[in-house]
Amino acid sequence: MEAIDRLLLANSKSKGKRPYFFDDPAVERVLNITLAVAMEHAVTRERLDTIERLLIAKGILSRAEIDTYEPDTIAAEERQRWQAEYIARILRIIQQELEALENPENNRDVEDIAEELGRT
Amino acid sequence: MMSKENLPPVWNRVGKHGVFPEANHDEIARYNFLANLNRYLATVVSPGNKIAYEKRVRPKFQAERDRDFETREEVREAMKKDPHYQAWSALRRSSMEMRQQAGRSLVLHQANELAEKAERLNQGKDTLKLNPDLEIPHYVRVVDHHCMPGSYYTELMEGDVTAAANYDSGLFVTTTGLLGRMNDGGGRAISQWLKTEHPEFQPKRILDIGCGLGHNVVPIAQAYPDAEVIAIDVAAPMLRYGHARAQDLGVNNITFIQMDGANSGFADRSFDWIQTTMFLHETSSKSLHRIGKEIYRMLKPGGLTLHIEQPQYSEDMELYEQFIRDWDAYYNNEPFWSKMHDIDVKELLTKAGFKEEAFIQIAVKAANDIAEGQQAEKTVEDYGRSPIWNVFGAWK
Repeated sequence: MEAIDRLLLANSKSKGKRPYFFDDPAVERVLNITLAVAMEHAVTRERLDTIERLLIAKGILSRAEIDTYEPDTIAAEERQRWQAEYIARILRIIQQELEALENPENNRDVEDIAEELGRT
Repeated sequence: MMSKENLPPVWNRVGKHGVFPEANHDEIARYNFLANLNRYLATVVSPGNKIAYEKRVRPKFQAERDRDFETREEVREAMKKDPHYQAWSALRRSSMEMRQQAGRSLVLHQANELAEKAERLNQGKDTLKLNPDLEIPHYVRVVDHHCMPGSYYTELMEGDVTAAANYDSGLFVTTTGLLGRMNDGGGRAISQWLKTEHPEFQPKRILDIGCGLGHNVVPIAQAYPDAEVIAIDVAAPMLRYGHARAQDLGVNNITFIQMDGANSGFADRSFDWIQTTMFLHETSSKSLHRIGKEIYRMLKPGGLTLHIEQPQYSEDMELYEQFIRDWDAYYNNEPFWSKMHDIDVKELLTKAGFKEEAFIQIAVKAANDIAEGQQAEKTVEDYGRSPIWNVFGAWK
């Protein structure tokens, strides 16, 4: 068996300069770390979901059972919905910035509104 | 209960075979997160780029220059400064890197087992021919496509197939299942099209250039079970894995050979059908033209060549669409993509020797065997990653 450094290799960089999209590369770095944390949280949540389902179904718990768990159609949809909601929750600010851009009438400066309310 | 939320299928639905990597619970969950992230980016965040373009970026450019955009490069330079585009780009790049990390961490801990599985299916078969002396073309060496560290060809150990196992297990995630359980929607679509439109055409010898792990050539070989199919690629890990995969799926009429499509040495007029699927955009200008000439030389009279690619950039395509389709070229390490989609493909084939009137161009949609995927197909437009292709080619 040949020894390879899995931890390092799994995370290695691809050939070609990495693009940075934000003016400050530190922002991009934080984003990448945050996303990875978000993913790991999703993983934990999914594992918990599995354990709960198995506990309810059988009252027995084993690691192998968790690793081979196959969600049925309904569970699959529920789990994917959870993932979808989770992602929407984390990236909420982007969706909201878009809504502001799309509907400027709903995005008036609150100080202006305060002024207006004071006058009317 | 079909939901309106347009959910991607769980990764458990991916088609498995004898050389497919084992995935534990958390590895599957990681892929489920990434498929959902990709679906969210494609359906919620990506459309925002068009809104930012119309509402913010374009009016500003017009006000400053007193004219509209004239090239997609101008659009890109202007969009680069837009905060929404920056956020989407950063998320999309990050998602691709995370998908590669997840796939590699999944396959690397079973690298030996995967190599053994492949070897068991490959040993003693004369339908796998590797050439360790083959020079890897510059266009493959110069960059790691799709941000895959080590690309298609790097071997971490003897008999390594991890590059292919990573690709195979993760493609379902990147495409959110839209290519079907076996990720073979392209190959299935083109063979269905050919059988329907040209039932009289019965190819006896078929060549697939740049076959990768053979996911698109398998349905072609299944559609023409009496044909001798030859699938070539420069990357040994892909061929080892692809051959083992085909064998396990019971498809025995494909010979996988380690060869460069620009210089394969096959005889003149020796194939009835020569196919490439999502390959040409990963080459280079000179290689593309060389491959074109080689295809013409190797085809029998009356033979057919077909190429599945994304739509070409033509004058009819809006600059915004050209710009957004270019994203993968620059930021997903597919640098020739941009140039390739500028090329007049009709001219490419006529320069190779084909008659102008023999040129064909069609649009095909991935044949998908997942119910959830069919539903999603109607609503997801993830430029460059959509399961809808431009197919061009010619009869000789």
